[in-house]
Amino acid sequence: MPFIPHTEEDVAEMLASIGAASIDELFDEIPTELKNGQLTQVPVGMSEMEISRLMYERAQQDGFYLSFIGAGAYEHHIPAAVWQITTRGEFYSSYTPYQAEASQGTLQLLYEYQTMMASLTGMDVSNASLYDGASALAEAALMAVRQHKSSRRILIPQTVHPVYRRVVRTIVRNQAIEVVEVPYDPATGQVTIDQLDQFAQEEFAALIIPQPNFFGVLEQVDMLADWAHDKQSLAIAVVNPTALAMLKPPGEWGRQGADIAVGEGQPLGIPLSSGGPYFGFMACKQELVRQMPGRIIGRTTDLEGKEGFALTLQAREQHIRRSKATSNICTNQGLMVTAATIYMSLLGPEGLYRVAAQSHANTLALVERLEKLPGVKKAFHSPFFHEAVLQLSVPADQVLDKLRAQGVLGGVLLENYYPDLKNMLLICATETKTAEDLDKYTEVLQQALTA
Amino acid sequence: MLIFEHSRKNRRNYSQAPAARPARNNIPDNLKRRSIPLLPEVSEMDTVRHYTRLSQKNFSIDTEFYPLGSCTMKYNPRACNALAMLPQFLSRHPLAPEDTGQGFLACMYELQEILKDVTGMAAVSLTSMAGAQGELIGITMIRAYHEARGDTGRTEVIIPDAAHGTNPATAVMSGYKVIEIPTNRDGDVDMDALKAAVGPRTAGLMLTNPSTLGVFEKKVAEMSRIVHEAGGLLYYDGANLNAVLGKVKPGDMGFDVIHMNLHKTFSTPHGGGGPGAAPVGVADCLLPYLPIPIVAHEQGVYRWLTEKDRPQSIGRLSAHMGNAGVLLRAYIYVRLLGAEGMFRIAEYATLNANYLMAELRKLGFEIAYPDRRASHEFIVTMKEIKDRTGVTAMHLAKRLLDKGFHAPTVYFPLLVPECLLIEPAETESKETLDRFVVAMKEILDEIDTQPEMVKAAPHNMPLRKIDDVKAARELDLVWNPAG
Amino acid sequence: MSVPTELKYAKSHEWIRLEADGTVTVGITQHAQELLGDMVFVELPKVGRTLAQGEDCAVVESVKAASDIYAPIGGEVIAVNAAVESSPEKINEDSYSAWLFNLKPANTAEINGLLDADEYEKLLESE
Ligand SMILES: Cc1ncc(COP(=O)(O)O)c(C=O)c1O
Repeated sequence: MPFIPHTEEDVAEMLASIGAASIDELFDEIPTELKNGQLTQVPVGMSEMEISRLMYERAQQDGFYLSFIGAGAYEHHIPAAVWQITTRGEFYSSYTPYQAEASQGTLQLLYEYQTMMASLTGMDVSNASLYDGASALAEAALMAVRQHKSSRRILIPQTVHPVYRRVVRTIVRNQAIEVVEVPYDPATGQVTIDQLDQFAQEEFAALIIPQPNFFGVLEQVDMLADWAHDKQSLAIAVVNPTALAMLKPPGEWGRQGADIAVGEGQPLGIPLSSGGPYFGFMACKQELVRQMPGRIIGRTTDLEGKEGFALTLQAREQHIRRSKATSNICTNQGLMVTAATIYMSLLGPEGLYRVAAQSHANTLALVERLEKLPGVKKAFHSPFFHEAVLQLSVPADQVLDKLRAQGVLGGVLLENYYPDLKNMLLICATETKTAEDLDKYTEVLQQALTA
Repeated sequence: MLIFEHSRKNRRNYSQAPAARPARNNIPDNLKRRSIPLLPEVSEMDTVRHYTRLSQKNFSIDTEFYPLGSCTMKYNPRACNALAMLPQFLSRHPLAPEDTGQGFLACMYELQEILKDVTGMAAVSLTSMAGAQGELIGITMIRAYHEARGDTGRTEVIIPDAAHGTNPATAVMSGYKVIEIPTNRDGDVDMDALKAAVGPRTAGLMLTNPSTLGVFEKKVAEMSRIVHEAGGLLYYDGANLNAVLGKVKPGDMGFDVIHMNLHKTFSTPHGGGGPGAAPVGVADCLLPYLPIPIVAHEQGVYRWLTEKDRPQSIGRLSAHMGNAGVLLRAYIYVRLLGAEGMFRIAEYATLNANYLMAELRKLGFEIAYPDRRASHEFIVTMKEIKDRTGVTAMHLAKRLLDKGFHAPTVYFPLLVPECLLIEPAETESKETLDRFVVAMKEILDEIDTQPEMVKAAPHNMPLRKIDDVKAARELDLVWNPAG
Repeated sequence: MSVPTELKYAKSHEWIRLEADGTVTVGITQHAQELLGDMVFVELPKVGRTLAQGEDCAVVESVKAASDIYAPIGGEVIAVNAAVESSPEKINEDSYSAWLFNLKPANTAEINGLLDADEYEKLLESE
């Protein structure tokens, strides 16, 4: 029997010890009328060889593409060591580190992770992960409302990832928290002071500040953070962790720095994998630590004074605080954080900087090449990090199909998210793209535009 | 030693990152980073050694028996990992066109259909990333259902006191007030209390069955009737589905919405705290509200349903589609086991739990619900032992670590004093269970002869007992190079 | 276990002392302290806040539990004990000297409804 080690003899001895005649008898407390025992949609079992064949076929069917898609999930090189170490059984098959003495490996790694994330974001403390970037942003919004006490409204620019905005709405709506959207300047693709000032007289628990924003554009984060703080709102940063190697970290925005920083951890060594599992990160100022959701690890000592690590501040959490917990989160994305920590260790500050800078440079180079094609121009004249929006003079969906036929995934159609932004493509070229890749894109786009 | 303490300035892994800084940089000066982030500068070998050594400080399923109640720590087949990590699956961008992901989507669609069957629900959404998020989705759908009917006076969710902490936390996060109801001496929900609690303010009931006390709620059909008659809906916390997989279906028990923790029942790894995946199943009445994305199969083509297809959906809970890679592992697991294997899961999990319960009872351990069958788990209470000797459930847990076993769940559920919630899972052999029984016998003897030694455990681990009071009083959450 | 006779008690295990100046001081009992275990964090109400009788107004936290503190009588918070905020272990050391906050009662009659030492001791026995 797959994965079940019992021999017939074992079963007989065990039943004898229990005093039951059959395994079936062990289910005798279940009312007969509830018993089902029929499965019609579950196929018969397969051997490992058969399932391998099936999965190889399905993987092959999906194939490989030259992709210039970003929009919240980014293709970066993942050093081989990352997943070889991460999938060691001791990391892969352990539970949440409830028994500290038997989980020092995971606990120390998480403490190292917290240190790296806090430093990368320029914040005081970090938790040990949330589900993903979008749900982390929703948790940050809830946290801000708890902290602010007076307002139950959140300001969120339309330059924040559109799906993040939907997720925030889905989650905060239950608690009657209002989400108010701030429009952007169509020329720059940024939130400007003019857009914000229409809200100057209203009270908000927080302003959310994306950097870079969904268009790849860099926002004026100092101005935005100060605007929020001037009206006693919290400033919540939603940031790309790779970009933080080059960009001013949220903790240094404006006069006071952002209060909470969240984002999608996927760029840090996590494969694209059709959308998950990734992980959400969250860091904040020290004074907010007791409002933070999720696991937090502390360094302490054992009875003999030797350094050790343990889950701490657990009285915030659902298993102790129950209905008064800061969040319902229990299982988080631990293994993804394991990978991210190893990734950051292998790259170090200079390596991560180069990944960021090369991604930035590649996108600059790609945009320059494409802009030279007739019928292509940049949609926004603002500095960007490693993504940019192109305006095409022809139907962009058809162009994407043509690129796709040449094995190139040419970007994301913005109209899917912003109905007014017609024939615009959001494109991204990370450090994984070579000069030949950029040429190839330029060439197939040119063909698609002229054909 | 921390990874940072291995660091030396300007030590670099040139093969892992671009060989040099590029010449072009258009980041405006006022947006540039000036400080160097605190990431270590270590060699590849040092990184590999450091994290390999750290891994060796963990207990895990691959190295120890791990009978952590309510967590279903079963063997995670290696094939599930290897095949979910085929490069085409890993490299696929979530926003890549659907025609580039038909192989992946076929797996997702089939998983949806299989989960519908094993739970007896009308439809399934795969989006939820863990049990607690599944709960949030479920309760949010219950709210949407009542709101759509203009039934806005329902402000309460009823939850038994035995429930996992995520249940009340979810209800509050979803904007509801929690009404807690007690459990009777047999471990079943107190029916009179339930009857007294339901009414026009009841939005729903959250129930775990088998419950976290390790027993099957026999009156579940009646509970369903009571709650439905009062106009409420029933939520099934599927954390314990392993105990009844295929034998009893939540749909048949009368539940309107359920989550199942694939990282428990479907053997996806726990990864030291996640990722999980907790698909949500619904009865017809909640179908329109199911969160997106959901996979559809139309004219031989698989595609994700969107807001356009499901205008009444409660929306999205993740940036993309949840923990796809975890779902792939679960899919591979069910295909390996097949229908016949599904039943065996519940059968052998139940056999192992009842055997272990019988053996521990023979040793003299007090079983919290001695007149009941164990589901896939059961509770030992150390109350009498603690009153007599001062040795607590936590002390025993630490002593078990010394003997090479991970501890059971301690101090949950909260209503049983000094409890050990023990869940052996079906993948453990009789020999392993017998070795565990021997260890428990040794500890029982030690409690009589040298209780102080037991209280001071662990003794054989790399560290002695960790001072968690100090951890909370003198918060040290990030390393500071200045010391 | 000794229950000081000069104090009043709430069923939720707070002690109350009527001061000479007419204010009342509130803390948690030895029994409550023992149940919770090693205290790691205390959150006290803001000075100036007006509390209704029974309103939750403070939190004491140990490693394994967190417990809300309820205002035994209504009134305005006029002082809080900063020393227990910085050293929560003081509550474990002597819960009757480690007071939490001081109230100006809104209605002194509410004090009469509280338990005296005998009644509180009986409550403990019955628990
Ligand atoms: C009974 C029960 N309900 C809910 C949960 C929460 O599930 P998750 O940790 O996947 O969020 C758990 C997990 O520990 C559980 O045991």
